[in-house]
Amino acid sequence: MIEIIQLLINGILLGSILALGAVGATMIFGVLRFAHFAHGDFMAIGAYFALTVVTVFNLPVLAALPVAMLLTGGLAILIDQVVYRRIRRVQPVILLIASFATALVLRSFIQMVWGSSNQVYQVGIQLPWRIGPFTLKPDHLLIFAAAAGLVLIVHLFLSRTRMGKAMRAMSDNMDLALVTGIPANRVIMWTWAIGGALAAAAGVFLGMDTRLHPVMGWTLLLPIFAATILGGIGRPYGAILGGLVIGCAMELSTLVIPGAYKPAVAFAIMVATLVFRPQGIIKGNA
Amino acid sequence: MDMAGLSAYAVFFLSLVGIYAIMALGLNMQWGMTGQFNIGIAGFFAVGAYTTAILTSAPAESRVGGFDLPFLVGLAGSVIACIPVAWLVGRITARLRTDYLAIATIGIAEIIRLFFVNESWLSNGTRGIPGIEKPFGLGNNGYLLIIIAFVALAWLLVEIARRSPWGRVLRAIRDNEPATAAAGKDIARFRLQAFITGSCLMALGGGLYAHFVGFVSPEAFRPLYGTFLVWVMLIAGGSGNNLGAMLGALVVWLIWSSTEMIAGLVPTALIGSESAFRVFLIGVLLQIILVSRPQGLLPEKRPPMPGEKR
Repeated sequence: MIEIIQLLINGILLGSILALGAVGATMIFGVLRFAHFAHGDFMAIGAYFALTVVTVFNLPVLAALPVAMLLTGGLAILIDQVVYRRIRRVQPVILLIASFATALVLRSFIQMVWGSSNQVYQVGIQLPWRIGPFTLKPDHLLIFAAAAGLVLIVHLFLSRTRMGKAMRAMSDNMDLALVTGIPANRVIMWTWAIGGALAAAAGVFLGMDTRLHPVMGWTLLLPIFAATILGGIGRPYGAILGGLVIGCAMELSTLVIPGAYKPAVAFAIMVATLVFRPQGIIKGNA
Repeated sequence: MDMAGLSAYAVFFLSLVGIYAIMALGLNMQWGMTGQFNIGIAGFFAVGAYTTAILTSAPAESRVGGFDLPFLVGLAGSVIACIPVAWLVGRITARLRTDYLAIATIGIAEIIRLFFVNESWLSNGTRGIPGIEKPFGLGNNGYLLIIIAFVALAWLLVEIARRSPWGRVLRAIRDNEPATAAAGKDIARFRLQAFITGSCLMALGGGLYAHFVGFVSPEAFRPLYGTFLVWVMLIAGGSGNNLGAMLGALVVWLIWSSTEMIAGLVPTALIGSESAFRVFLIGVLLQIILVSRPQGLLPEKRPPMPGEKR
């Protein structure tokens, strides 16, 4: 029982990282109608931006977080304007291939600039807190709090601002939204900015929890897509729920199968969703 | 470089072009003709390479096999082992949208890689399987002829398929799915057939590769080499065009090999890692092709209808 609760704590931690990635992926999927394969590498490059801020200015990680989010959001807009915008009208699948190329370009860029070995934000061991039979690292609490804060900000943005409502409208029904005169290009730019920034936050948290590595984001891409599909394409709230479910399922699965197969669990849930409820928990535009 | 060295390099170069050409033809069957977005090429490649490695290598204590079987049995095993894997993936995803197929195939490829890394009773784990011999005691030169023979065979098969009524149905599905369904075609079945055929070609490429390098390990099946280069080849050559797929394999492998030279010219301090720089260049190249010439070097041509004059 104690083991299960400990795994659940780890699962919620992984789940909040996945949720942040999945919210961006699902918005991009909803508004632009394609699975963005470079999303994991946005996470990685965000984490490395933060690493540079941490090492150059000697700041704590949380202070570097906004800088990393801003830079990654800007990078996402830049990539969209240079590459994706030109092929948006051709075919969604061409965008998919282009995003695959973007993923590799970003990853090799990381290897060229920061090297391909493991890195950490802070050297040294952080003593975990012992609360009864459970262990919790101070970093974990920070990640929970920061992730919850970001989710709240996204919620307020989507529900209270004109741009957030326009974004949801475009994701719900593109034609209807365009007819009502929503500025499509601005919505798309905002979508990239928010998707990139949230991915960067997820990457920084992942780097705090484990370590930085050029393929750190790529390995989480599959669980993120699983969360996106489970939550319903284009549904940010579904993506948060999906991320938490997938995170907990991946951690709990280590009770019965070897830990190396965690991605397979996410994949199995995704396939089950596609077969039995392709629209997701919260009905998305499948 | 002297003449002998040059010709040895040419043989090495052409062998890999041939192996990639077979995989590009397989992808052309899936993407070029049917519009199925498979980015799990590395997975099918790995299944092919490992199957023949286990079947034909000498017996080893640390894992199942090897069975010391002949080359052609090993290759046949590669193709046959791929069928159930491809059937499973195709069956799950045949009715789904392209995006979902893409995500599912990348998942399958990752799981296949994890499987070969972790199940060392079968694959010898990260140490890989060494000692996969070339057939009939051939050297690199002789083996190149075998590869060329298989490329010719693969091309003949996909070209016949492309001109056949079956190929017409695939293109119809790609271009207008509802109309094809209205014409009474079982779309899921045709898609499944095309997916399995294409995947088997990829497994064949994997089998030929294993015998060419003599060693397989999970490292060789990262998404880059297995999947990405094949995609660049098909898109650059012209998807839908079988000659284009093979031309793309030649051109892209030439560019990929020459990036090694470019990377050698730029000081390492500037680019950090040579291999990363090469990937960077090839990624940028793909973006440029997609933006400027999405139809590729040899655009798709519709085969003549029966009885139609050329």
